[in-house]
Amino acid sequence: MADIFSATVIVATLSSGIRLAVPLLLASLGEAFGQRSGVLNLGVDGIMLLGAFGGYFTTLKTQSPWLGLAVGLGIGLVLGLLSSVISVSLLAEQGISGIGVYLFGLGMSDLLFQKLVGTPLPAASFQKAPIPLLSEIPVVGDLFFNHSIPIYLAFLAIPVSTVIINRTRFGMNIRAVGENPEAADSQGISVTRVRYAAVTIGGVLAGAAGAVLAIGLGIFQQNLTNAQGFIAIALVYFGAWRPLGVMAGSLVYGMVSAVVLLLKTRGIIPLGASDLAAMIPAVITVLALVVAARRFRAPTALTKPFIRGG
Amino acid sequence: MTQLLEMRGIVKRFPGVLANDRVDFDLRAGEVHTLLGENGAGKSTLMKILYGLYQPDEGQLLIEGEPTRITSPTDAISHGIGMVHQHFMLVPSLTVTENVAMGTLSKRGRMNLRQVSDRIRELSESHGLAVDPDAYIWQLSVGERQRVEIIKALYRDVKLLVLDEPTAVLTPGEVDHLFKILRGMAEAGRGLVFISHKLHEVLALSDRITVLRHGRVMGEVEAQDATREMLASMMVGRPVRLAPDKPPTETGRARLTVRNLNVMGDRGLPALVDLSLTVREGEILGIAGVSGNGQRELAETIAGLRKPESGAIAVDDDDVTGRKPSAVRAAGLAYVPEERQRDGAIGAFSVSENMILVNHRHPPMSRRGFLRNGEIRQRSRQLVDEFSVATPGLDVPASNLSGGNLQKLILARELSGSPSVLLASQPTRGVDIGAAEYIHDRLIEQRGSGSVAILLISEDLDEILGLADRIAVIYEGRIVGEVNAEDADRQGIGLMMAGVSREDA
Repeated sequence: MADIFSATVIVATLSSGIRLAVPLLLASLGEAFGQRSGVLNLGVDGIMLLGAFGGYFTTLKTQSPWLGLAVGLGIGLVLGLLSSVISVSLLAEQGISGIGVYLFGLGMSDLLFQKLVGTPLPAASFQKAPIPLLSEIPVVGDLFFNHSIPIYLAFLAIPVSTVIINRTRFGMNIRAVGENPEAADSQGISVTRVRYAAVTIGGVLAGAAGAVLAIGLGIFQQNLTNAQGFIAIALVYFGAWRPLGVMAGSLVYGMVSAVVLLLKTRGIIPLGASDLAAMIPAVITVLALVVAARRFRAPTALTKPFIRGG
Repeated sequence: MTQLLEMRGIVKRFPGVLANDRVDFDLRAGEVHTLLGENGAGKSTLMKILYGLYQPDEGQLLIEGEPTRITSPTDAISHGIGMVHQHFMLVPSLTVTENVAMGTLSKRGRMNLRQVSDRIRELSESHGLAVDPDAYIWQLSVGERQRVEIIKALYRDVKLLVLDEPTAVLTPGEVDHLFKILRGMAEAGRGLVFISHKLHEVLALSDRITVLRHGRVMGEVEAQDATREMLASMMVGRPVRLAPDKPPTETGRARLTVRNLNVMGDRGLPALVDLSLTVREGEILGIAGVSGNGQRELAETIAGLRKPESGAIAVDDDDVTGRKPSAVRAAGLAYVPEERQRDGAIGAFSVSENMILVNHRHPPMSRRGFLRNGEIRQRSRQLVDEFSVATPGLDVPASNLSGGNLQKLILARELSGSPSVLLASQPTRGVDIGAAEYIHDRLIEQRGSGSVAILLISEDLDEILGLADRIAVIYEGRIVGEVNAEDADRQGIGLMMAGVSREDA
């Protein structure tokens, strides 16, 4: 009991917290792009599940986690485009259409898994890639610089996204069509094209999130994401549509998950309560963000389809 | 002068409506050509066709003599056409510079916002359009936002600029300033299309005026040959009286008293500050002011829809402060709300159901909880006739009525209870001239009855000047001055609307 407060255990727990945060971070970062452009995509979890299955299955068959990740990205791209068609071109009610995408992903990923794999087999995972020198630093090195490459890339995506959203023409167009699509249209910006791009980025990142989750665990099962895609949507709101806010929320979630996992493996949480314990990370994340969130305004045109002259 | 634009025989149909019926319109460089007409006359449709937002069903469009098809705003922009929309096309969370740069930056490469903001500074200096390029749009006043819209057009160096009802949100002083800038732009060789229904503004700014009615051109006149009455008659299709005759009346006792009212707005900031006023029977007190200075909160508080922080409201001798809307009504208040579709009627209900909305609980409209259809229909029929509400029947949904007819319905219902106070908020906004004339006559008639005190809240200064016996000007939630109608002048009230108090004015 006392040894859970030892330095090694604490470092290991925090480090696993960072790993656990990554799928959520990718998914909610992607969702932030879509929402900034005015499109709420409730299908994230479905895209994650299909990305997870695709990533797992490819890795299982080819032994290459990188190929698995690529397939996850590809699935995300296709489903992102599909979501764009539904929300942007077909002007669907966004509060509902995404649920369809979710249910499709949930059912399809399980069906494919049952048909193609059946019994869970462990697949290869990403190699750790300690960063030379930095990973030698005591404590900090193990915590931050001893992960696999996708994890570094995910955290790198945060500052990159901040720059894209705030400092590029593309980012400005995303913000403009999310706030006032009529204005953007009247200035000659294609609302449709910008929203397609933003929603598809969201799909790609959700696919990547699923793949990273499944390949990281080396396993797939029905409803592997456990509704993380929905937590991701909540994180976007509480993270005030900013990459940094989204990252903070994901880290809280990852850390709490890691602690719960630790308590479970140590038997401190009895097995019978493990289902109950599974919701702790989500609950604490949402509570933390509710407390921390300053009142930022949602993009004005969020969930509103755009019709010219309407 | 060069012919910038020619639109020939433009036809645009919407389901059930002929929005533009063989409309001809042209614009020369260096002139201001006004499109004048009532709501729904087809002005905006025509301009949306010009800007590529709609495609015409028939007709031809020539830009500098060249037949042209404009299929999108991008197309319009590339032909040197700019548009200042009635609802500003700005992104509140972006800066002035970013809004101006939006869509103008080259497809590749980074954004060079420094260059854009330098150019904005130049333009704002040379045209007298004071705007800070680094400010966020949400920080700006309405007048400033409009300047940003104009700078957007200047930045793109448009040859032809369309302004859709640009003065709706401005104080009279701001309007004068805007007109100076627009005249300057015309003198510099640009062509301007001005869309409006405010007659004195049209006469002040235009070179030529084209009047539209029901999608058709009623005529084109030189502004110097036109008068307000003539233009109004062309818009309506019959002779129109612009100012109602207002016989002198005897004012009696105070029927509505408001004392030191303090009210919070929706954002938790004070919306009304120590506001006091009294309205006597037989008079109309007009509240003038620019939109958003507390008018809505004042009306809602009096009607019992918003709780005051402190202060007192009395209808006759009943203290109704903080009481429910039904209690305020029972005390004798009739209320014609600003948002008639939202607050004044239930669109999905029939005309007759709407007629009895406020008194359906009482006999003879209902008995033991059951509505009495016979009585209701009879009463509705009578009111529809009396107030000449044009409706295909008593059972059609109220949402089918035009703005003017819906407003007549609401007025009929409100006056049918013989109120002691009538609170009318923006009673003719967005209403056609004919219905506005009718509503004005009714208000004057109520005033003449000698038993009703009328509080008229309006952002239309002409309406206030034409109807009110006394005029109080509201600015940032305070009454900054009050004048008798006979001493009122447009300029003095305009200054007060901008916050200059009576003593300074």
